[in-house]
Amino acid sequence: MNKTILKIKNQPNLIIGGIITAVVIFMAIAAPLLAPYHPVDDADLMVSEEPPGSTYLMGTDEQGRDILSRVIYGSRISLSIGIVTQVMNTIIGIILGLSAGYFGKWWDDLVMGLTNIMLSIPSMIFALAIMALIGPGLINVFFALGITNWSYTCRITRSQVLFTRSLDYVKAAKALGYGDIRIMFTQILPNILGPILVIGTLGVASAILLEASLSFLGLGTQPPTPSWGGMLATARNQMFTAPWISIFPGLAIFITVLGLNLFGDGLRDILDPHSVGKIK
Amino acid sequence: MSEPLLKVENLKVHFPLDREFLSLKKRYVYAVDDISFSVNEGETLGIVGESGCGKTTAGLSVLNLVKPTGGQLFFRNQDITDISKLPKEEALKLRKEMQIIFQDPYSSLNPRASLKTILDVPMKIHNMGSAKERSEKIEYLLEKVGLRLEHASRYPHEFSGGQRQRIGIARALSLNPSLIIGDEPVSALDVSIQAQIINLLLDLQEEFNLAYIIIAHDLAVVEHVADRIAVMYLGKIVEQADYKDIYTSPLHPYTQALLSAIPIPDPHMKRNRILLKGDVPSPIDPPKGCSFNTRCPKKKDVCEQVEPVLKKAGDGHYVSCHFA
Repeated sequence: MNKTILKIKNQPNLIIGGIITAVVIFMAIAAPLLAPYHPVDDADLMVSEEPPGSTYLMGTDEQGRDILSRVIYGSRISLSIGIVTQVMNTIIGIILGLSAGYFGKWWDDLVMGLTNIMLSIPSMIFALAIMALIGPGLINVFFALGITNWSYTCRITRSQVLFTRSLDYVKAAKALGYGDIRIMFTQILPNILGPILVIGTLGVASAILLEASLSFLGLGTQPPTPSWGGMLATARNQMFTAPWISIFPGLAIFITVLGLNLFGDGLRDILDPHSVGKIK
Repeated sequence: MSEPLLKVENLKVHFPLDREFLSLKKRYVYAVDDISFSVNEGETLGIVGESGCGKTTAGLSVLNLVKPTGGQLFFRNQDITDISKLPKEEALKLRKEMQIIFQDPYSSLNPRASLKTILDVPMKIHNMGSAKERSEKIEYLLEKVGLRLEHASRYPHEFSGGQRQRIGIARALSLNPSLIIGDEPVSALDVSIQAQIINLLLDLQEEFNLAYIIIAHDLAVVEHVADRIAVMYLGKIVEQADYKDIYTSPLHPYTQALLSAIPIPDPHMKRNRILLKGDVPSPIDPPKGCSFNTRCPKKKDVCEQVEPVLKKAGDGHYVSCHFA
């Protein structure tokens, strides 16, 4: 246990990323308590496009809504989309990768072929195509992003399974009469969770970016629901006259994604026994 | 004599190699090539040979952990060549009868499962008693292999190599099998612990009337446990006999060479070492004729042409050599 603490202490990435991620999560949960104004209802055209000041810490947008409050509420959309869609992707990736690596043969070829096709299509284009097919809207964003990014998880899972399934304890389980499903989920999966967790953390970050892009293009979260990408989209016209309208949501995306990426990198460093170089 | 517990007839395991690009010929690794042996109830068969001779593969294919390419396996006269083709209940019953102990105690236990889970789940799968009965059985098993009940909540990394090997033995025993295959059960352990594990295996054999197949590369280990010994070379059994016959009157030149390598605990005794030249040929292209001809000190022309068959050379003594 002490060794784990020591490892974490030596990972500034993990600590900084973890703190940023924790703050964003706290912000999303406690939004009604933290936000000084209502993100939608407190629109006052008398104070539209106010620069940041003591009343409005981040200024107001073109409809006189408090940007700080909208950024705080926007974290709810970004985080929930990031986490929910990545959970969906991880489940798809684990099921496909685990079964492909374990059963092999034609099923493996099929899954790997599909994965390679998915990897060769830019996820933005794929998500756009699905959104075009099923129409814009928040629920549809969940669906589109939830089936877009599983290919990395799938590949990593499969390669780990290929190694793990040849270990003696898997053979022993077979000899003891364990069924295939039980072997996959109790013998193999618990031992390969580390890399999947790392890919998952990084995947949350890319899902947040994808959602912001979709909302920016007008296909994602619809106004007036505050989302960071959507705020950027409407702020485009005032980019030069009122830059704060776009700067703060942009900063929010940047910091959140940075935090998640640092956290994922740090996790990889402590979970991967090959990268212990820094620990003395 | 009664029917043997396990009968292996002409077992073959060939692994296909990746086909070379644009080549029609498929190549195989002849890991196990036409071996036959049998094990009686309560008896120990030792299989020896150097690494790569197919002894582990032979053991794994008996348990259907590697699919045999040819030949037949019988357990109590039931065909078990392909367990997956049997009805599920039959297959489970057979699994229960045959267990395995692995060489490497560090990779043979699931690192994410506690000792209790490792022992309890298999019994659950086979519907062996209520939760209370199972936990009594776990206590009994742990005591048998010299561990304590308070160890049950620990995870494999908290145990030493010898302890882990004993957990592996307890796991194999948990289903009350009649046959246990030990795939080099002691070769990864310190010499002092080797003796401990061997004695444990012998005690358990007496108590539960277990049959063992002990696979080893070390004749000295097998000498202590085996009733009969089969010597393997390049996927084939070259000599098979009672352990006494193997040690006192080995007939095959390979067996003679192996025996001459056992250290004698007497510095004044002159040893007649037979040193084999060269390496084991690749099991992808086994030599023509006798597979041992590339290294045999007694080689004649006939050895390159004709493959010797396993012939009877005495009571229960079989050897495949032209000159034995």
